[in-house]
Amino acid sequence: MALNYFQPLFDVIRDKDRCIKCQACARQCANEVHRYDGDLDMMISDSQQCVDCQRCVCICPTGALKIVDNPNKFRNNSNWSQQIMTEVYKQAETGGVLLSAMGNPKEYPVYWDKILLNASQVTNPPIDPLREPMETKVFLGKKPKNVSFNEDGSVKTETTPTLELSTPIMFSAMSYGSISRNAHESLARAATELGIFYNTGEGGLHKDFYQYGSNTIVQVASGRFGVFKDYLETGAAIEIKMGQGAKPGIGGHLPGAKILEDVSRTRMIPMGTDAISPAPHHDIYSIEDLRQLVLSLKEATEYKKPVIVKIAAVHNVAAIASGIARSGADIIAIDGYRGGTGAAPTRIRDNVGIPIELALASVDQRLRDEGIRNEVSVVVAGSIRSSSDVVKAIALGADACYIGTAALLALGCHLCRSCQTGKCNWGIATQRPDLVKRLNPNIGYQRLVNLVHAWDHEIKEMMGGMGINSVEALRGNRLMLRGIGLNEKELEILGIQHAGQ
Amino acid sequence: MLEKEGQVRIPAGCAISGFISRDGNRICGDKIVKSISYMHDRSNGLGGGFAGYGIYPEYKDQYAFHIFYDSNEARVETERFLDKHFDVVNLSRIPTRKHPNITNEPLIWRYFVNPLPTKLTESQLDEREFVAQCVININDKINGSYVFSSGKNMGVFKAVGYPEDVGEFYRLEEYAGYAWTAHGRYPTNTPGWWGGAHPFALLDYTIVHNGEISSYDANRRYIEMYGYKCNLLTDTEVITYIIDFLNRKQKLCLEDIAKIIAAPFWSEIDSDKYSESERQKLKYFRNVFSSLLITGPFSIILGFDGGLMALNDRLKLRSMVAAEKGDMVYLASEECAIRAICPVVDRIWSPRGGEPIIVKLNEKK
Repeated sequence: MALNYFQPLFDVIRDKDRCIKCQACARQCANEVHRYDGDLDMMISDSQQCVDCQRCVCICPTGALKIVDNPNKFRNNSNWSQQIMTEVYKQAETGGVLLSAMGNPKEYPVYWDKILLNASQVTNPPIDPLREPMETKVFLGKKPKNVSFNEDGSVKTETTPTLELSTPIMFSAMSYGSISRNAHESLARAATELGIFYNTGEGGLHKDFYQYGSNTIVQVASGRFGVFKDYLETGAAIEIKMGQGAKPGIGGHLPGAKILEDVSRTRMIPMGTDAISPAPHHDIYSIEDLRQLVLSLKEATEYKKPVIVKIAAVHNVAAIASGIARSGADIIAIDGYRGGTGAAPTRIRDNVGIPIELALASVDQRLRDEGIRNEVSVVVAGSIRSSSDVVKAIALGADACYIGTAALLALGCHLCRSCQTGKCNWGIATQRPDLVKRLNPNIGYQRLVNLVHAWDHEIKEMMGGMGINSVEALRGNRLMLRGIGLNEKELEILGIQHAGQ
Repeated sequence: MLEKEGQVRIPAGCAISGFISRDGNRICGDKIVKSISYMHDRSNGLGGGFAGYGIYPEYKDQYAFHIFYDSNEARVETERFLDKHFDVVNLSRIPTRKHPNITNEPLIWRYFVNPLPTKLTESQLDEREFVAQCVININDKINGSYVFSSGKNMGVFKAVGYPEDVGEFYRLEEYAGYAWTAHGRYPTNTPGWWGGAHPFALLDYTIVHNGEISSYDANRRYIEMYGYKCNLLTDTEVITYIIDFLNRKQKLCLEDIAKIIAAPFWSEIDSDKYSESERQKLKYFRNVFSSLLITGPFSIILGFDGGLMALNDRLKLRSMVAAEKGDMVYLASEECAIRAICPVVDRIWSPRGGEPIIVKLNEKK
């Protein structure tokens, strides 16, 4: 037998005094970490299989389990970390590309945490959201250049199609296939109840969910999975996915193991085949091609739906956004390098793209410099972790935010980053019926509603503190922001002053 | 070292006052000086100013430019610019009298000008846009030169000092107009720069404003997309540009402008207070001009050719009182400023937040 070069990442610690050998952990763990040994009359753990999803810890009725980092370490080396060494072993063994899931976990700066918000003192009053109206409704879409008037002198009030959001938060694109039916149902119902939108991702739309169409954004990605007339007509808006923050420059990859009957029908591909969408759209090799796709989709839906173009935040994102703003698109969605994914090559996820904070700041400023900021709305994603991230994003210039990871957390995800295995113990990133049923959409949707309500309350509190009673007065209001511990260049790109200035 | 206005954003509290004769009777400038002087405690001596309408009947068809110069060099450079773009009909120093409380005055000049027809044609702009762009150009590009008044048959007079002293300094008793507005400033931090005093003006639009808006940077970054340059970083400047943009460029009426900058709350729009068509319009405004919503406390008096408009923020976070007497309408931060010049009024009331009071000359109706 070959030597095992790998050390388990985690240690499963079981308090034998507390354990009642109920075997709930064994039944719950799709990774088969826990098993009951009848001969020994004890629970046995195989730490090597553990992904630290915390399912067993949460389920254990006596609190007997803990998952901790394996204290065993390779010899310290500031250059060759244990993780890098392990990855070399893994590739030497398999010859394969390393795969990861969820957003970039590396220690890059999180600019949200280096930006502070303002509050009113003396010269103008803070506004109390418990006692005064506080508004978070936003519209996404193109604004007309000039007001036009009817013959009787009244204002013409028709606009190009817009999305109306009760609060500036939407659920990011996550495909049916990468996540479960119950996860999709939770998102769709929550979006409907909240008066916001969720996004199908590139996996098509299950027939059962057409009823939530008016709160659904349908995505058209490079693989065109599940795209047909009814699909386009059902959504409230159409999103062309050019790129994703977690994997800029490459297409999606859904392993055949996740393509079961329903997923195969929804994606319109054979069961069990890998769904690999191409890196580019093969009809879009340039900006003018994008314009043609935008207009084709509008033509196909009789100009009744706004078109979103989603791109990954890459180095020249401002120039790209400027091109998109002139392409006929109504909304630009920008996904930062910390954005989540169901599966991405690790090297790409961890090394490609730029932070959303910087991308947003430069896109917003560039569009204003060119006088075309009103041609498009800007939605940002990857990663928005809290209501204060939302407030900071809007003050930097975003119209709204997409949340993906935070929404999955609301459904129970513990960020074990193993979605690609399809063995999600929380019933989210899996298609195994026994696992999927663990996520009850009645509870899941309520948790999503709770989360967004809580954030909406917090956004209102923060706005009120700044003396702002409507979110539109916050948008692009960079005077409300100050940097902390940022250098001149970072402040310049963010377009904000340093704390104390 | 203290930074000059425009290098730093300076919050300020204030007093405002204004009145108009709807019949167009010309009223001596000393009356507005008296009115604002009763709110002395709302200013701190770091800025005061006035706008008078109908004060230049002899030059009513020319644009009257009032300009501050830091130096003669700035004047020479500016006059070179003016000669290149305008036919200067008359120029002179603005008459002032020495006043113990008004010091460090810049050079203050006045020009009555018409745009040169050749330049105007070449620019492919309408006349008012041409003039506005020239003013913005001078203020933005020529160091030490600042056009602080640029409308027809109207003028702004402002300085660092208490407003009543500023009024005496500019000899306002020698002017008469059908409408006047005044401003006393209480900035929280400024070395005092004359250009930073109010009213702020572009063409015939003038604004006196009391408040500190919390939407400032959202408004500024929007309006700067349309060729405006917010050099002073003051609320008043950005509000003036917003009104110019909506009124002159988007051709919206003042009533509609009030519904954009002090938009009704959604709860109100969705109530049965409005007709369906009105609701559609309000929704359209809040969608299309969302970045021009002004939040935080403000009370403003807008002066324009032929009238005044007063407006409070939608929560009414700043005081403002209005009164009527015969053909006269009075507007002020405090009632005392009205009673000081019109002790007995026909009606006095406190306008609600977001509800504009628009008063126009009768013959212009």
